[in-house]
Amino acid sequence: MYKKKENIIRWVFTVFAFSSLLFLVGIMVTLFAAGLPVFQEIGLFNFIFGKDWYPTYNPPDFGILPLILASFLVTIGAVLVCVPLGVGSALFINELATHKQRAILKPIIEILAGIPSIVYGFFGMVIVAPYLQRLLNIPVGQTAFTGSLMLGIMATPTVCSISEDALSFVPNSFREASLALGGNRWQTLTKVIIPSAGSGISTGVILGMSRAVGETMTVLMVTGGAAVIPTSFFKPVRPMTSTIAAEMGETVVGSTHYHSLFAIGLILFLITLLFNIIAEIISRRYRLKLGLGR
Amino acid sequence: MDKKIKQNLGFLLLLICILTTIFFLGIILYFIVARGIRILSWEFLTQVPRKAMTAGGIAPVIVGTFYLTSGAMIFSIPLGLACAVYLSEYSPKSFIVNIIRISINNLAGVPSVVFGLFGLAVFVKYLGFGVSILSGSLTLGIMVLPSIISAAQEALMAVPQSYREASLALGATLWETIRKVVLPSALPGILTGVILSIGRVAGETAPIMFTAATFYTRRYPNSVFSEVMALPYHIYALMTEGVHPEEQTSIAYGCALILLILVLTMSVLAIILRQRQRSQSYYGT
Repeated sequence: MYKKKENIIRWVFTVFAFSSLLFLVGIMVTLFAAGLPVFQEIGLFNFIFGKDWYPTYNPPDFGILPLILASFLVTIGAVLVCVPLGVGSALFINELATHKQRAILKPIIEILAGIPSIVYGFFGMVIVAPYLQRLLNIPVGQTAFTGSLMLGIMATPTVCSISEDALSFVPNSFREASLALGGNRWQTLTKVIIPSAGSGISTGVILGMSRAVGETMTVLMVTGGAAVIPTSFFKPVRPMTSTIAAEMGETVVGSTHYHSLFAIGLILFLITLLFNIIAEIISRRYRLKLGLGR
Repeated sequence: MDKKIKQNLGFLLLLICILTTIFFLGIILYFIVARGIRILSWEFLTQVPRKAMTAGGIAPVIVGTFYLTSGAMIFSIPLGLACAVYLSEYSPKSFIVNIIRISINNLAGVPSVVFGLFGLAVFVKYLGFGVSILSGSLTLGIMVLPSIISAAQEALMAVPQSYREASLALGATLWETIRKVVLPSALPGILTGVILSIGRVAGETAPIMFTAATFYTRRYPNSVFSEVMALPYHIYALMTEGVHPEEQTSIAYGCALILLILVLTMSVLAIILRQRQRSQSYYGT
C-alpha cells in the first residue's frame, strides 16, 4: 500500500523532470522545422554569407551576413565595456573593500543586475543616442557604438557577480602565502589571485558575451536598424535579435521571410549554446583545479 | 618605492572601475525616476488610456503585466519545483539525469527572443491559442523554468542530510520525508528564487512581443484568450509607434518607473529574505 503510493509519486516527479528535457528538445525541433525550409530554398551558404538582406523587396534577398556581423560588432563592443568594468568592480569588492563597503556594494550590484533590458533600451533611445549624436556630430545617434555601450553597461553587473564568485573561491592560504613571501597586495592580486581565479572570471566573461549576443530589446531600440554590412562603429546596424523582433510582426506565416526569421533564431540558439558549453567546460576545469569538486 | 606607486595606481584603477559602474547605473535610475515621477499620479495608475495613448492612465497595462506574470508563475512554480525535487531527492546518479541537468543549464542560456519564436510557433499557431495571455504566460513560464529549478535545487541541497536520515530512521517514507521535512526547511530558499523570477518575468519583452502583447486596447482582458498590454512592451510601443512622440515619451517614462519599482522591489525582497535566512542560520549549524 505504502510502497505503491511511493512508486506513483516517484513516477510523477520523473515525468515532471523529463518535461524540461522535452522543452529544450521542443525548442530545437521547432527552430529546425520552421527554419530548415529556408536552407532548402536559398541554400545554407547563400543564406549565411549573402551580403544583402532585403526580405520585402521583389525579388527578395535573404542574406544574413550583415546581421551576423552586426551582432558580432555590437557584442565585441559590449565586451570592451563590460569586462574591464565588471572584473575591475569585482576585484575592488573582493580585495579592497572593507566589510562594510562590501555589505553595501554586493547587494547594489545584484539589484542592478535585475533592471529589465527594455529600461536600458529606453534610456539609450531617449538620452544616450541624442547626446552622442550632438557630442560626436554624427547624423544618427542610434549606432553600433550606442548599442555596445548600453549592452556593456547592462552586462556589467552580471560579469561582476560571476567574477566576484570566482574570486571568493580562491583560498585565503594563496593570499597569505604570497604576502608572507614579501609580495605586496598589488603583486598578490595580479600574480596570484587573478591567475587562480582566471578561468572562473572567463566563465563570467563568456556568459556576459552570451547575454549580449542574445539580448533583444536594447539593441532593437538603440542600434538604428540599418541592415547593411557594418563599416564603422558609428553607423546604424541591425543585429540578428532585433531583426527577428522588428520583422516578425509583419511577415506572413509560412512565407520565406517567416522561415528565414526562424532560421536566424536557430543560428542564434546554436551560437549561445556554444558559448554555454564553453563556459561549462571552463568552470568545471576551474573547480577541479582549486580542488572544489564538481 | 616603485612597487608602492604601482600598487597605488592599480588600486586607483579598480576604484575608478567600480565608481564608473555605479555612476552609469545610477544615472539611468536617476533619469527614469526624475522624469517618471512628473507624470505619476493616482489617475495615471487607475485610468484607462485616452486620446490615442496620449492621455489618461495605464491601468490596463499594469493589469496585463500582472496577469502575464501570474500565469507564468502558475505554470512554472509547480513544474520547476517538481523537477528540482526529482533531481535532488529521487534521482539516481545516472547518465539520463546528467542529460537533464545539462539541458536545464542550456535552456537557461537561450536568448529570450528565441523563446518568443518557440511560443509563436507552438502556442500561438500550432496549438491555436492565438496572441493571448495564455500563450504569453506559457512562453514566459518556460523561459523562467531553469532559474526556478536551479534556485529550488540549491535550496534543497542546502538541507542537511541528517534531517533526511532522522526522518527516515523514524519510519517515514521517502515522500513523507520530502513533504514534511525537506520541503519546509528549504522553503525560504525556494521563495527567494521564486521572487527573483517574478521580477525577471515582469520585465521581459521579447517573449511576449509575438505571443501576448498588443499596443492598444481600451478594454481590460476578459479571458485567458484575450491579448493584453504589458508594461515592458508598452514602453517599446510608445517609443516606436503612434504620432505624438512628446506625450508618448512622458508616458513611457511613467511606465519605465512603475516597471523599475516593481522589479527592484522584488530584488530587494529576495535579498532581505536571504539575509534573514543567513542570520538566523536555520539549520542550526
